[in-house]
Amino acid sequence: MNATSALKLRRAYQAQNPCTCMGALKNGGTATKLSAVVMGLGNMVHGQVPKGLLFLAVEIAYLVFMFTNGFHNLAMLVSLGSVERQEVWNEELQIFEYTHGDQSILLLLYGLATLMLTGVVFWIWRGTLKSAYHAECMAKAGKHINTFTEDLKELLDSNLYRLLMTPSMFFITVLTILPLVFMICMAFTNYSKIGNHLVLFDWVGLENFRTLFDSNSVLGSTFWRVLGWTLVWAFFATFTNYFAGMILAIVINRKETKYKGFWRFCFVLPCAVPMFVSLLIMRTMLQPEGAVNVLLRQLGLIADGTSLPFFTDPTWARVTVILINIWVGVPYTLLQLTGVLQNIPADLYEAATVDGANSVQTFFRITLPYMFYVTTPYLIATFTGNVNNFNVIYLLSGGDPVTDLASTAGSTDLLVTWLYKLTIDKQYYNVGAVVGILTFIILAVGSLLTYRRSKSYREEGGF
Amino acid sequence: MSTEKKKMQRSAKRIKARNNAIVYIVLSILAVIWLFPVLWVILTSFRAEKGSYVSTFFPKSFTLDNYIKLFTDTSILNFPQMFLNTLLIAICSCVLSSFFLLSASYCLSRLRFKLRKPYMNMAMILGLFPGFMSMVAVYFILKAVGLTEGNNVRIALILCYSGGAALGFQITKGFFDTIPMALDEAALLDGCTRWQIFTKITLPLSKPIVIYTILTSFIGPWVDFIFAKVICRANADQYTVAIGLWRMLEKEYIDNWYTSFAAGAVLISIPIAILFLKLQKYYVNGMAGAVKG
Repeated sequence: MNATSALKLRRAYQAQNPCTCMGALKNGGTATKLSAVVMGLGNMVHGQVPKGLLFLAVEIAYLVFMFTNGFHNLAMLVSLGSVERQEVWNEELQIFEYTHGDQSILLLLYGLATLMLTGVVFWIWRGTLKSAYHAECMAKAGKHINTFTEDLKELLDSNLYRLLMTPSMFFITVLTILPLVFMICMAFTNYSKIGNHLVLFDWVGLENFRTLFDSNSVLGSTFWRVLGWTLVWAFFATFTNYFAGMILAIVINRKETKYKGFWRFCFVLPCAVPMFVSLLIMRTMLQPEGAVNVLLRQLGLIADGTSLPFFTDPTWARVTVILINIWVGVPYTLLQLTGVLQNIPADLYEAATVDGANSVQTFFRITLPYMFYVTTPYLIATFTGNVNNFNVIYLLSGGDPVTDLASTAGSTDLLVTWLYKLTIDKQYYNVGAVVGILTFIILAVGSLLTYRRSKSYREEGGF
Repeated sequence: MSTEKKKMQRSAKRIKARNNAIVYIVLSILAVIWLFPVLWVILTSFRAEKGSYVSTFFPKSFTLDNYIKLFTDTSILNFPQMFLNTLLIAICSCVLSSFFLLSASYCLSRLRFKLRKPYMNMAMILGLFPGFMSMVAVYFILKAVGLTEGNNVRIALILCYSGGAALGFQITKGFFDTIPMALDEAALLDGCTRWQIFTKITLPLSKPIVIYTILTSFIGPWVDFIFAKVICRANADQYTVAIGLWRMLEKEYIDNWYTSFAAGAVLISIPIAILFLKLQKYYVNGMAGAVKG
């Protein structure tokens, strides 16, 4: 949507519903304007007592919270605390007692939560102004003002989105947005095991980004290596699965192939086994003494006592994870693409056959262009999913083999698994957060560019 | 002329038969590759010899002990308890997240409100962040609310699995988009509220995607292991099946528990496999977005 049409839409919206927040402050009556200070007053004056009381209750609750905790939280957000926990000898009880010190991580969390709460209350405040102004306008025009029950009924009808979206928005805010902002903030602190900053830490600005981009440091060189492999992995993992799944689907759906249901069953069965189970099984099977090596030895394909280095040689490990990813992913791709393939208009193929095209030509001239057109959003989603594909790498190789003992990442580590290692194993929370942010930036730029260029962008909803 | 034509027909038939043979051979080889690990797990789950490393591919003798051990030996790894935990979590989070997802998709597809576009953009942006980035932070938040101790861990896990469900609306919304708007308008004229349209028209018309949603959200807790691991930490009595199976492969347990791991894997795969194969049709339809020409 471009700017002018957005503006038009906004104007249309305002014409339809003139009760804006600014309008209320500019043109509203005394009661409406006073609602900015005493929330809900405007509603109560015009007879909407329960609604007004609800607004007032929100205001009082917020103010009480702010004066008991909120302002302290906000103040601590700046310094992140400085009081160290200390041991004090208690003469009476003859024991060491710990004084209550600051914990920067909690201070950061509470501060951010307070900020978010303030944002939400500001939004409600705007709502009260609008609502008060609306009630005033209706009263002036001599129209009916909704009673509380009518308001509640509207929640099931014209305001249904408020009823349905509010609970999920609440959980998204608390469990997705707040943690994300929290982690992003960590990228600008020295919250890390390095320098013993696990309890008390400070804001350090862009320091961590500098370390990671400095290719002379260990972390810096590791970052570029891991990034390179992540992109290679995501490219191969996406397209090998896509083409293998598509060709398999075409072969199974051929008119001449019989027992379609049976073949599909064979390939879909592995995807009924939970992914982490099949990955763990694969890992044990490919160990030096695992089933695959045993089988190869029994068949005499490799000498006794030797084994193929599936996860011990860097190149072998990389090829292995890509191959196993095909094994894991193709059933899903097969299922997903079957439906899309069946949607290709049959007359296209009939026309091609009449014109004498063979099956290879029809594949490249009809199937592929159509599939690319329809599934671009799907491909982008899969690519992003593969960049963030934690399960396959973590459960299969765990990022191993580690070739360079000084670095924190192995040969098959992706940015996400490296992030996991940095935060959970090494407790370099700040560096982990920087890696996360950089992953996001790479993905965002990449997918926006491809998405905007694709033809299916204009059609909302895609396939 | 006629003999030549016959010859051509015959050779065309031969080519066709040859092609079919090639296709069947390739498909069979691929099917074997795909089924090989599945078969191996099933064989391992009945294997009498313990340990993860074996010298033969086929077990020397078969037994049911691995399954019995799974349900009776509860001293170290309490599998029945884990199973119940996961079942409870799966049912609750299935109900919650199906509700969140379906209602959000309906709102985005059918209703027009000011935050609609911003919401969809926000969901897209959030989807680009690595999911594990915020995991540690989620743990801190849940801990601050007191949900990481005792039985509250279950509530924490349910919230984690269902809380963000409304962000994955794309497929469901795409499906709802294909239901003609005229139906809604007609219902509105007849005096239906939008809630009634949602429950009495949109949902019954979208059976495939509703089933798909319920299915995926039910399976989620059974197959996720990393979130459960970070949130459960040392609360062994709150473990889900996935962590339990993972622990059986740790160094100290693998020798005794490997065959039972296979048994556990088979046990949780069976219901999922049945559900999956039964509902395969809906899965395909759901992905295709019901725009069948």
